[in-house]
Amino acid sequence: MQTVLPNAFFYILAGVILGGGVITITRRNAVHAAIWLVVTLLGVAGLYLHLNAEFLAAVQVLVYIGGITVLFLFVIMLVNLEEAASERQYSGQWPLGITCAALLLIELGYFIYKGQEAFYFAESFGGTLQPNTELVALALYRDYLLPFEIASLLLLVAMVGAVVLAKKDLE
Amino acid sequence: MPLPIPPAIEPYFWPFVYGLVLLMVFPLMTGYIVLLERKVMADIQARLGPMRVGPHGLLQPLADAVKLLLKEDIIPALTDKWVFWLAPIISVVTALLAIFLIPFSDRLPVPDTNIGLLFVLSLTSVGILGIILGGWSSNSNYPLLGALRSTAQLVSYEVALGFSLIGGLMLAGTLSLQGIVEAQNEQRMWFIFYQPVAFVIYVIAALAETNRTPFDMPEAESEIVAGYHTEYSGFRFSLYFLAEYSNIVIVCSLMTILFLGGWMRPFPNVEALGFIDYFPVLVFGGLGAMSLLGAMRETGLPQKLGMGGLAGAFFLVAGVCLIPEARAAIEGLFWFGLKVFLGIYTFIWVRFTLPRYRYDQLMQIGWLWLIPIAIANVIVTGFVMQWDQVVRWLGN
Repeated sequence: MQTVLPNAFFYILAGVILGGGVITITRRNAVHAAIWLVVTLLGVAGLYLHLNAEFLAAVQVLVYIGGITVLFLFVIMLVNLEEAASERQYSGQWPLGITCAALLLIELGYFIYKGQEAFYFAESFGGTLQPNTELVALALYRDYLLPFEIASLLLLVAMVGAVVLAKKDLE
Repeated sequence: MPLPIPPAIEPYFWPFVYGLVLLMVFPLMTGYIVLLERKVMADIQARLGPMRVGPHGLLQPLADAVKLLLKEDIIPALTDKWVFWLAPIISVVTALLAIFLIPFSDRLPVPDTNIGLLFVLSLTSVGILGIILGGWSSNSNYPLLGALRSTAQLVSYEVALGFSLIGGLMLAGTLSLQGIVEAQNEQRMWFIFYQPVAFVIYVIAALAETNRTPFDMPEAESEIVAGYHTEYSGFRFSLYFLAEYSNIVIVCSLMTILFLGGWMRPFPNVEALGFIDYFPVLVFGGLGAMSLLGAMRETGLPQKLGMGGLAGAFFLVAGVCLIPEARAAIEGLFWFGLKVFLGIYTFIWVRFTLPRYRYDQLMQIGWLWLIPIAIANVIVTGFVMQWDQVVRWLGN
C-alpha cells in the first residue's frame, strides 16, 4: 500500500500528461488543442504535488492555466482561424521531425537495453523539502539572487521590446 | 462519542462529510443571496421586489430553482457541443472547490494547506476558462464579445488583486488561510488597519474580478444581451449563475480572512469588551422580533404561520446562543458570516448606485492607477517592516 500508491499516482499522471500531449498536437481545432493542453498542464501540476512541491503546483496552475492558456485562447478567438489555416503553414518539417524522433528512440532504446547502470543518480538533497514556499523564496531571493534578477531583467527587456514593436504601427 | 472510523481514512472522513454538506447547502444559500440582491435592488429603486412566493418573497429562491431545473435544455444547432457542455462545469467545479477550502470557522474541518491562498487564487483563475470557452462555443457574436471582454478584464485586474494581497501576506508571513487569521490574532490588529490602501485596491479589483457593476462590461445587458451566457438556458445557465455567486462569496471571504480578522469577533483580546460575545443573541433576537412583527401584519393564515415559525426559529437560535458552550461553537461562523454578508451587501449597494464604466476607462483604472499604487504599497510595506535595517544602513 505504502509503495504501490505513489507509483500508481505517477503512472496515472504520466498517462494523463502524455495522452493529453498527443491529443493536443493532433486536434484540428485550435480551441480543442488548448483545452487538451490544459489537461496536460494539470497533469504536470499533479506531478509537482506528488513530489511535495505544492508551491510549484499552485504556481503552475495559476500561471500556465490561469494566465498563459487563457491568453492563448484570447489570441485564438481574435484571429480568423479559417483564414489562418489556408495560409502557408510552417509545419512542413517532416524530415527534421523524423530525424529527431529516431534519435530520441535510439537513445531511449540504449538506456532501456543497458538498464540502471546507464544512469548517474544525483545525490539526494540532504535537507527537508518543507516548508516548501519558504525554501523556494530563500533560494530565489537569497542564494541565487543575482541570476534571478538577471532572468527577470531579460523578461523585462523582451516585454519592452514587444511593446515597442506593437507601437510602431500606430505612428 | 467517537465514530468507528478506520484510521486509514480517518483524516479524510470529516472533510468529506463537510464537503458533502456544503455541496447541498451552498446552492440554497446562493439562491438567498440572489433574493437579497433583488430585495436590496427593489429597496434602492423604491419598489417592493419579490412579494408573491411566500411572505415577503422568502420562498422565491426555491421557485426560481425549480423553474430553472424544469426548463428545456437548449443547445443551439451550430455550437461546439462538447465545449458548450464542458464550459459551465469548469466554472462551477472550480468555484465550489474554492468554497470548500475557505475556513468559515476554526471549528470546521476545512483542509489547512500551507499554500491555501495561492490555491484558491489558482482555482478562480482556472474558472475564467469556463467563461471564455462558454462564450466561444456558443458560436454567436454577443457571447464571443462578452468572453473577450471578460478575459481582458480578468487578466488585467488579477495583477492588481494579487499585489493587494501581497501586503497582507507580508504581515502574516504565511499563505495558509487559517494561519493568516491566527497572525491577526497574535498581532492584535486586523490587517485592514495596517493595509488600508491594499484593502481599497482589493475591493475595486474584486468588483472587477466578479464582473460586478461598475465593471460589468462582460455582461452589459444594454450592449451585448447577457455576455458569455447568452445562449445558455435552464440547468446550464443556473450552473453559471451558481459559479458567479460562489465567486462573490469567495472574494468576500478572502477579504474577511485577509483584512477583517476572519472568524474572530471585533477586539478579541480586550477583556472589557467581552459583552460583544452576546451580539449574536441580540442579532437573532432582533430578527425574531422583526419576524414576529411581520407575522402580525400578514393577513393569510399560512403566511402568519410561516412568519411565526421563522420567528420561533430565530428565537431558538438566540436562546441557544445564551449557552456559553454553544456560543463558542457557532461564534466563529457567526462573525465570519456577518463580515461576508456586509461585503456582499456592499457589492449589491455599489451595483445599484453606480453607473457602468466605459471599456477604455476600465483599462485605464486597472493599468494606470490600481497596479502602480498596489506595487508602491508593497514596496512601502517592505520598507516599513524592515525599518530597523533601513535606519542602520542610512546610519553607516
